[in-house]
Amino acid sequence: MRFWRTPLDRDKFECPHGQVFIIVERCKGCAFCVEYCPRGVLEISEKFNKKGYHYPVAVREGACVDCNLCEVICPEFAIYTECRNECAEDEAAEEASAQPEGGEGTS
Amino acid sequence: MSPSRTDSATRNASPTAPPAAERTALRHPKDLLLREDRLPHIWCPTCGIGTCVASFIEAIAETGIPEEKFAVISGIGCTGRVAGYVKLDSFHTTHGRAIPYATGLHLAHPEMKVVVFSGDGDLVAIGGNHLIHAARRNLDITIICVNNFIYGMTGGQLAPTTPHTARTTTSPKGNWEYPFNVPHLVASCGATYVARWTSLHVRRMRQAMREAILKRGFSLVEIIAPCSTLYARKNRLGTGYDLMKFYHDNCEVRHGADTKELDIEFQQKIAVGKFVDVEKPTFLDRIGAGRKK
Ligand SMILES: Cc1ncc(C[n+]2csc(CCOP(=O)(O)OP(=O)(O)O)c2C)c(N)n1
Ligand code: SF4
Ligand code: SF4
Ligand code: SF4
Ligand SMILES: [Mg+2]
Repeated sequence: MRFWRTPLDRDKFECPHGQVFIIVERCKGCAFCVEYCPRGVLEISEKFNKKGYHYPVAVREGACVDCNLCEVICPEFAIYTECRNECAEDEAAEEASAQPEGGEGTS
Repeated sequence: MSPSRTDSATRNASPTAPPAAERTALRHPKDLLLREDRLPHIWCPTCGIGTCVASFIEAIAETGIPEEKFAVISGIGCTGRVAGYVKLDSFHTTHGRAIPYATGLHLAHPEMKVVVFSGDGDLVAIGGNHLIHAARRNLDITIICVNNFIYGMTGGQLAPTTPHTARTTTSPKGNWEYPFNVPHLVASCGATYVARWTSLHVRRMRQAMREAILKRGFSLVEIIAPCSTLYARKNRLGTGYDLMKFYHDNCEVRHGADTKELDIEFQQKIAVGKFVDVEKPTFLDRIGAGRKK
């Protein structure tokens, strides 16, 4: 994501980044998390759990902002995120790999 | 926000981290307030009740009140199972009688935060009288009513909340009755806090639950939620996934709306928001005042 003008206090703010954890055997494949994640991080996997439900995978985890929506909307307590604070490096890496769909600003 | 974000390394025994996209875990931060040994729960895929519980757990954490001060009381029904899944003091009571148990508990232990978490059938049908009298007395308890427009647990019978023309097992040609408008029912009986959200509005629902818990007086949060297996199927509305999309497209936030105007028509716009938030002496306040005289 490229800014046309870098906010003066940008270095003071760290944009949260999340790591996604999935409790595979609890998932019932409702896809609420996939549908409502504001950053398009998740997709339903090809694989399925013991009960035959297709669970989500974090296909674009770099875009996760640890907003915690997937965790609250999941009716099964099967997904959650944790903040990791290596934001600066990750953003640089993301910028380098030039995400094609990057719409709104990331910080 | 979750009750406590302990490091996942301590929660999950597996020492070798799998590749980023496939990071699996065995425990969830919300497990601190859940009876984990009972999970996965019995609710059907895309049922909305689980989402309401997730928001409720966050609301409890947000109030900052210690968890041992909470008691959750449920009646019978799919929603009635909530009392059995939360790791708090809880009662799974008889059908329709959650409020009488809650009343007793509240009067014996006024320092406890008593929350009744139950379904529309349990609270508004068989338990309807208890609901209106608890509101009339202004008991300082909180009611969370998951309204899925149907008796889910027993096979999808007509509830007094089923919208006009909706099909259920016992109204195969469509419902002919006028349904209850739950916020109006309790507001007209004197409730001091009344809100309605859907299971899609996770953050607003959490906020409403928190406000309701902290409210001194009778508070009710109605949550419209999908019953995928019965309501959605009988009415050919798809699954809970489709109903969530329906809520997304058809909910209108109308804070402070006149509760008379909150009727729900079959597959029409749903008014959501906070409708009542007033201060009034509670039942116990009045007993106290009476005693002093
Ligand atoms: C005295 C009594 N009457 C009837 C029943 C059967 N019964 C069990 S649950 C239920 C309705 C539950 O509906 P609701 O409260 O809307 O819960 P949901 O399953 O929809 O969450 C009924 C009628 C019962 N258990 N006890
Ligand atoms: S925390 Fe937010 S951004 Fe990250 S996966 Fe969940 S919903 Fe998406
Ligand atoms: S919301 Fe929960 S149950 Fe539904 S697909 Fe996502 S992880 Fe699975
Ligand atoms: S029957 Fe309906 S209310 Fe009960 S668990 Fe299934 S979807 Fe939910
Ligand atoms: Mg019901």
